[in-house]
Amino acid sequence: MNLSQISPAAPEITLTLMICVVLLADLFVPQEKRVITFWLSIASLAVTAWVIVVTASSATTLAFDGSYVSDPLSRLMKLCATGIVGVGFLYARDYLQQNDLLKGEYYLLGLFGLLGMMIMMSANSLLTMYLGLETLSLSLYALVAFERESAKAAESAMKYFVLGAIASGALLYGISWVYGVTGTLHFHEIAEVIRQNPGLNDVPLWFGIAFMIVGIAFKFGAVPFHMWLPDVYQGARSPVTLYIATAPKIAALALLFRILVDGLGELHGVWQGMIMVVAVLSLLIGNIVAIAQSNIKRMLGYSAIAHVGFILLAVFTGSETGYAAALFYTLTYIVMAAGAFGMVILLSRQGFEAEAIRDFKGLNARNPWFALMMLFFMFGMAGVPPWVGFIAKLNVINAVLEAGFPGLAVLMVLASVVGAYYYLRVIWYMYFDAPEDRSVFQSQADTRFVLSLNGIAVLALGILPGWLLKLCIDVIGHS
Amino acid sequence: MDLTHNILSILVWLPVFGGMALLMVGDGGNATSPRAASMRMLALGVSTLTFVLSIFLYSSFDTATASMQFVERAPWIDTFRIEYYLGVDGISAPLILLTTFITPLVVVAGWDTIKSRPSQYFAAFLILEGLMIGVFAALDAFLFYVFWEAMLVPMFLIIGVWGGERRIYATLKFFLYTFLGSVLMLVSFIYLYGKTGDFNFFSFADVPLTLLEQQLIFLSFLLAFAVKVPMWPVHTWLPDAHVEAPTGGSVILAAIMLKMGGYGFIRLSLPMLPDGSAYFSGLMIALSLIAVVYIGLVALMQTDMKKLIAYSSIAHMGFVTLGFFLLWSIAGDTGAELGMTGGIVQMISHGLVSGAMFLCVGVLYDRVHSRKIADYGGVANTMPVFAAFMVLFAMANAGLPGTSGFVGEFMVIIASFKANVWYAFFAATTLVLGAAYTLWMIKRVVYGEIGNKNVAELQDLNRREFFVLGVLALSVLLVGLWPAPLVDMMSFTVDQLLDQIAQSKLPGTR
Repeated sequence: MNLSQISPAAPEITLTLMICVVLLADLFVPQEKRVITFWLSIASLAVTAWVIVVTASSATTLAFDGSYVSDPLSRLMKLCATGIVGVGFLYARDYLQQNDLLKGEYYLLGLFGLLGMMIMMSANSLLTMYLGLETLSLSLYALVAFERESAKAAESAMKYFVLGAIASGALLYGISWVYGVTGTLHFHEIAEVIRQNPGLNDVPLWFGIAFMIVGIAFKFGAVPFHMWLPDVYQGARSPVTLYIATAPKIAALALLFRILVDGLGELHGVWQGMIMVVAVLSLLIGNIVAIAQSNIKRMLGYSAIAHVGFILLAVFTGSETGYAAALFYTLTYIVMAAGAFGMVILLSRQGFEAEAIRDFKGLNARNPWFALMMLFFMFGMAGVPPWVGFIAKLNVINAVLEAGFPGLAVLMVLASVVGAYYYLRVIWYMYFDAPEDRSVFQSQADTRFVLSLNGIAVLALGILPGWLLKLCIDVIGHS
Repeated sequence: MDLTHNILSILVWLPVFGGMALLMVGDGGNATSPRAASMRMLALGVSTLTFVLSIFLYSSFDTATASMQFVERAPWIDTFRIEYYLGVDGISAPLILLTTFITPLVVVAGWDTIKSRPSQYFAAFLILEGLMIGVFAALDAFLFYVFWEAMLVPMFLIIGVWGGERRIYATLKFFLYTFLGSVLMLVSFIYLYGKTGDFNFFSFADVPLTLLEQQLIFLSFLLAFAVKVPMWPVHTWLPDAHVEAPTGGSVILAAIMLKMGGYGFIRLSLPMLPDGSAYFSGLMIALSLIAVVYIGLVALMQTDMKKLIAYSSIAHMGFVTLGFFLLWSIAGDTGAELGMTGGIVQMISHGLVSGAMFLCVGVLYDRVHSRKIADYGGVANTMPVFAAFMVLFAMANAGLPGTSGFVGEFMVIIASFKANVWYAFFAATTLVLGAAYTLWMIKRVVYGEIGNKNVAELQDLNRREFFVLGVLALSVLLVGLWPAPLVDMMSFTVDQLLDQIAQSKLPGTR
């Protein structure tokens, strides 16, 4: 066997090696110098990103007997996931230090999770996909529980684990049905078998698809499989929530693309209806329930459900325009979500978790610059131009209209109006109310710098989105 | 330097960047610091410079053509063929001038009455100015929508941060109402994009559409514009927003933001959906007349000065929409042109008069901290100069000949007389009602015995206030006595617009 056969997996291999280095180094680092682990993890991410970039080409290459694929889509997703994990690590450092939580586990589990995500993004067979998914999920369960003394964290980790295991079971069950019907695990072969035997398009296959959609919807946190999401967002420490709220969404999209589009694209008519129901419910329930929240992490959790509704509706169209729109939406949403949770982390300090929306009161009087950044994130998520959330929504609505569903488009914009209310409430607390708490932020300059950059990116991407829109379309076209 | 190629961009971006500079520097949280003072000067400088540049726009404007002038065009987002496409014609140019004229006055009016975070206050107004000019100058639907929605953000903050007691309720209502109105317009834009392949206003106007499509798109536009105008029955956000907004916010809201709705009808609904507009013209006339008569009656009952002026704004804006939608019931071109021109003149005039009225109330409010009519009485005794101004503006509000308020209303009433005597009858009630509510308020506030000791201690206008009201009084009289330059500016554009509306857009008719 020569090395070029496994070269499509170069980023994953690099990351694995780097994880081993971090793991070993962390053993010998004394607690007061734990920040070394942090810098090593950032370095690992940088090296991985570098490998992704230098191995990039527009070609699609397979490895490991066709069960692994490296194509432009997977590379773009991996690069974004690596970047956003790095941003999350940067935001988390001061917070972890202040709360005596700066431990190697956080970084290692985060890196392992990223490895799982990258495997999912490159999976070309159902089993590889499952392997990646479990690597990611187990890291996430452990991350949620990583604060050992906290009963709340343990409870949400338990909930996440039990429900997640059921969802994985459902997915696996669906996989077994699809395998039983088509006789293969490779996505392209599944597609080929279905194309050649139209008779397979029958109840057993549908049954398998339904179970797989349950699994996918759970990983996305789409209604009615969303129960875990608000509890986990709230129960986990803010840096962990940030992690869960960002990169895994790209991985979930990869799961969806690979299984439903690459594998079962031919049966678009079968899964379209199921996705639509899930998407519309997410859109409505996410937006409406978010209004009632007083905890910002919970509120952002429900808002994430609503955003997932948008992403799923873009996929529902079954067109390349729709897939590109879903990709663009996911990539830009995680930038805004990272910023919003970054603000939650910034406002927290030793022994104090800024999780109530009230804690944002009077932020404009305390620090106008970060209030402005939060305003960017909130208006961005609400879909108000010129912030990027608007372009993302426009892109999805365009795809839905193009597919011939004006009613859905109207529903989507009306749901955004409902959604605008709870984003506006954060802005109202920040700008219109007097501060209840006048303490000074305890974060370091680099964290603040990244947060500012994040806010400016939300505006800049909204004003000049052309290149990313084009990139998403190209990447989808090549896959 | 040759400004003709990028004057519009400068007008849009100069205030926006000026506002950003103000935000960046800030005032350190102290309104009396030297830094805050220099920020005020900067705000005044930027807004005045914008006004001076817009004079250039006016002086080099060619009134002998209906085509777009000062056009700027560059690709922006290629994926959707969205362009950065600006240009003005005889309808948008006067509105841009109105915007650049009012904003420096608002800055001066807020000079030392804004005690908290002046830098952010002025920054919000400057950014708002740039965005509003952008709405009037945009010729690409996407660009238009971006300006249209982004405009809500500074206004939301202006009302919410510097407003009165119920400001949070009022500003949320304002934002959500207008946001709800506009999102369906966005769906229509994207639908039209699907038909034409770009977001250009002219291709939207060229593409054939079935009657059903036109009707649905018309309704979605109607919701967006009717909320902005505002038309009965979606006007309820306006009295709240006006009452709670700081003086400057009320002025901008009444003088310029309400005009966006009227502008939307002429720029989008009428040329893009001629058959849909014809189909719904009866409804539009009915809603306009209800606004004129019913809201006029409501205004009569108000005890709060700002609320009264807010309701009178709704009634006056009813004239604008009435003028625009009369043309299908009029035989002959001159009547139609009269209605359309009257509507536009009324928009400009209302911008000046309502802005001035809100500034007058602001002057009183700064001294007494009450907007209740009952808390005043006999103001003329202690503030004679102010009283003279207020009476002048009240006369203009009531449509007295010689003031700007008369010109537009008179044109629209004549046009409606040509259309249908009953339209004219109901429209003309405004002459009675408008006079009644305005003058009754003047009687109770300005004339009579000195009502209480607050009034007795009033100081007359200071130089700053005198300047602001004086400039507005001059412009009200100028437009009233000599409207010809304004009417000339728009006549070719209105003619062309009427031709465009007269042509059916149904598939197969072209």
